[in-house]
Amino acid sequence: MNAVLLVGVGGLLGALSRFAVGSVVADGRRATLAVNLLGSLALGALTARLAADATLVALLGTGFCGAFTTFSSFAVETVESYESGARRAALGNAAANLVGALVAVGLGGWLATAL
Amino acid sequence: MSEAEATPLERLKPLVLVAVGGFTGAIARYAVAAALPGGFPWGTLAVNVAGSFALGVLLFEATLTGRLSSETRLVLGTGFLSSFTTYSTFAVQTAALSPRWAVANVAANYTLGFLAVVAGRSAVRSLAAPEVAG
Repeated sequence: MNAVLLVGVGGLLGALSRFAVGSVVADGRRATLAVNLLGSLALGALTARLAADATLVALLGTGFCGAFTTFSSFAVETVESYESGARRAALGNAAANLVGALVAVGLGGWLATAL
Repeated sequence: MSEAEATPLERLKPLVLVAVGGFTGAIARYAVAAALPGGFPWGTLAVNVAGSFALGVLLFEATLTGRLSSETRLVLGTGFLSSFTTYSTFAVQTAALSPRWAVANVAANYTLGFLAVVAGRSAVRSLAAPEVAG
């Protein structure tokens, strides 16, 4: 299968999985944080372990993890809570996604090479 | 129609809409990344800012004018735009940059991404204003 199709199929599955998390975790910001941290953990592991396999990188990395996680929903939710007066929650959300995702990338890489 | 009366096809509809949006959103992101120069993660920055602007338009349109159907919002917002933009790729690319460029990448994605949401809403407001006034 060519790379474009692999990315598309991975993206389809990633978006459906994100939708599933959103229907289980009712709070939008928490659902977004959950997919962003889980997806960063998975992509950190993939990058460390499977970077040489172009097929898996396209399907699982660019496709699935890229689509499972989201920046646009994160940005809208953060701006909305900041403007509704919950400024501390908005800053906390921005920091939790950033620090959490960077730690998850490192943890994923460590797990992939240690296990 | 109640949940119990919905046909299997109707219950599947939201999933199909999200899947179609997710498929095309990921391919569009891949195409943008391929078209932009490497070295610095320009592709991810471009999709995150453009996608945040578009989602700002889509969601504020819902509260200000509400002309788009819930199906359109599902395929474009939950499907396409959330798949088009990415946090995991942004995080992995940031971790791979030198400290100075990592800070620049985070600052650029965050500042431009948040401003894009606000700009998207302003665009909806300015377009919706004549209607509200009339």
